[in-house]
Amino acid sequence: MNILVCVKQVPDTTEIKIDPVRNTLIREGVPSIVNPFDGYALEAAARIKDKDPEVKIVVLSMGPEQAKAALRDCLAAAADKAYLISDRAFGGSDTLATSYILSNAVRRVEEMEGKFNLIFCGKQAIDGDTAQVGPELAEHLDYPQVTYALEAEVDGSCVKVKKEVEEGAEIIEANLPCVVTFTKPAWEPRYPTIRRKLDAKRAEIPTLTAVQLSDIDLTRAGLKGSPTKVKRTFVPQKKKSGVTIRESSNHASAMKLFQLLSDASVI
Amino acid sequence: MLELTKEQNMLVKMVRSFSQREIAPRAEELDRTGAFPAEIVQKMAELGLLGLNVPREFGGAGLGEVDKVLAVTEVAQACSSTAELFAVQLLVNGIIAAHGTREQKQRYLGMTCRQGKLGAFALTEPGAGSDAGGLQTTAVEDGDSYVLNGSKCFISNLGPQEGDYAIVIAVTDRAKKTHGGMTAFLVDRDTPGFQVGKLEDKMGIRSAAVSELILEDCRVGKEQILGKVGRGFQIAMSGLDSGRIGIAAQACGEAQAALDAAVSYAKQRLQFGRPISAQQGIQWYLAEMATKLEAAKLLTIKAAALRDRGEPSGMNASMAKFFAGETANEVAAKALQIHGGYGYMKDYAIERIYRDARILTIYEGTSEVQKIVIAKELLK
Repeated sequence: MNILVCVKQVPDTTEIKIDPVRNTLIREGVPSIVNPFDGYALEAAARIKDKDPEVKIVVLSMGPEQAKAALRDCLAAAADKAYLISDRAFGGSDTLATSYILSNAVRRVEEMEGKFNLIFCGKQAIDGDTAQVGPELAEHLDYPQVTYALEAEVDGSCVKVKKEVEEGAEIIEANLPCVVTFTKPAWEPRYPTIRRKLDAKRAEIPTLTAVQLSDIDLTRAGLKGSPTKVKRTFVPQKKKSGVTIRESSNHASAMKLFQLLSDASVI
Repeated sequence: MLELTKEQNMLVKMVRSFSQREIAPRAEELDRTGAFPAEIVQKMAELGLLGLNVPREFGGAGLGEVDKVLAVTEVAQACSSTAELFAVQLLVNGIIAAHGTREQKQRYLGMTCRQGKLGAFALTEPGAGSDAGGLQTTAVEDGDSYVLNGSKCFISNLGPQEGDYAIVIAVTDRAKKTHGGMTAFLVDRDTPGFQVGKLEDKMGIRSAAVSELILEDCRVGKEQILGKVGRGFQIAMSGLDSGRIGIAAQACGEAQAALDAAVSYAKQRLQFGRPISAQQGIQWYLAEMATKLEAAKLLTIKAAALRDRGEPSGMNASMAKFFAGETANEVAAKALQIHGGYGYMKDYAIERIYRDARILTIYEGTSEVQKIVIAKELLK
């Protein structure tokens, strides 16, 4: 059983800075982390491996050289092998171009690591928040997909996924190979052990460039291959602070609330 | 020696973040209740801390003495009791790694790394403290086993529920005394005749488990001999070098916690219309505390580095233990003084640190014993 976990390095801050000229994220000077949702995906893979030590977990990321730090964190936590996709030609890729490049890289990595039965992703990255790359990757690969997963369990040639829905949770079964994207579960990812952390620091992380990914149609990659054009970015205006109702009794508070809502013609 | 490697910096960062997140918030409660931090021990095992100095082939991180110093110092900044049990486990790991058979290492070191099982080091007896040569506990050969009888006291990592095995030093040939008369045994807690006695009610490090151990016709197979028959005293002494470095590291961590508390309090506390840190008297205190602490850390790291290089480290370990232990007491006392009346109250951590520090000049060889070791080396 081989599991691929796709991860993204993201800035560790809610204060995203945007380059006003290029309309892209400024990464310099901002501490970086593994996208938390990707961390949950990795932990889900690690839990499958806990039950079956034969499972191999490979992590894959696309980004600049410094994204290797995120891959090392994944190696320290649970992954057995890591690959970085990095090439100037891939810079500025939107979600469509990114998922296209990832799908090609999946095939290339499979030549070295064997076929992946499962591909896990975070549901979305906390910087871009699009939630598109995972589902698009499944489409490029023509695999079934389950999104907003909380837990996953392998059962023969199927994967059983507990999926978050508005009313609670659904259990979905899908055939392998399959793409699953994860949301925040009830548990926290494990601490990396000291030994794994030391090994991760020394681990060799191969870089896949456009040369290695020779099947890629470069007109579908990078800024050129991205149909998404950022027209404008802006800081949303802060919402006005709400009204606090704290009357002498609960009944009086409820009456006040009713009055306010009906004055505003909401009810 | 003065510059840490990238890996060591990473280790410090990791242990600091773990200690501050998982241990520090519980230090006050652990001191108040005296409860043993069993869940913390499990987490330390999962993280690989408990097996820090265990060779990789037996499930550990395979790190050395300097790494040990860095890790113990970080844990001690968060909680002295936890640092104590940690330092003792690292001592036990080190002794087994150095003298155990392959089977012993697999069993005991593996148990600690994988399951967080704790080991004790049982040398001290009611009548044999600083004079470790005066042991009364005996081990008598009987067929393919030895029968142990005697009692040990002040044994760390041993409590009503705590502790899974102990390294017991016993007399196998009284005539030979320390020169071949003592032997080390690995004794499992569930061995018939292995009885854990009174759990000590201590002034400080209140949640570290320290108990009596009574051995009554406790029969162990010869495969439980650690090292060779007659080498018990030497094994104990070589272990103590490393143990002393561990306690020196604990002292550095506690002193650091006391200094940090003093600096932060001195900046906040207003008297005569300004923070007391503006008073030169307080500044001098802080400067002296910081300087002595720095010296203690350097002595400790040097002793550890010598040991890592396989060079003689006994005198340096004693210097580090002596100086760091005394310094921790001095720094804690000054830090409490800077806190004034508030420092005497349990609301402030310094009250606990002050009590915790007191043992540091006593166990693992008193300051006086350390000076005997140092002087002996000078005068030989």
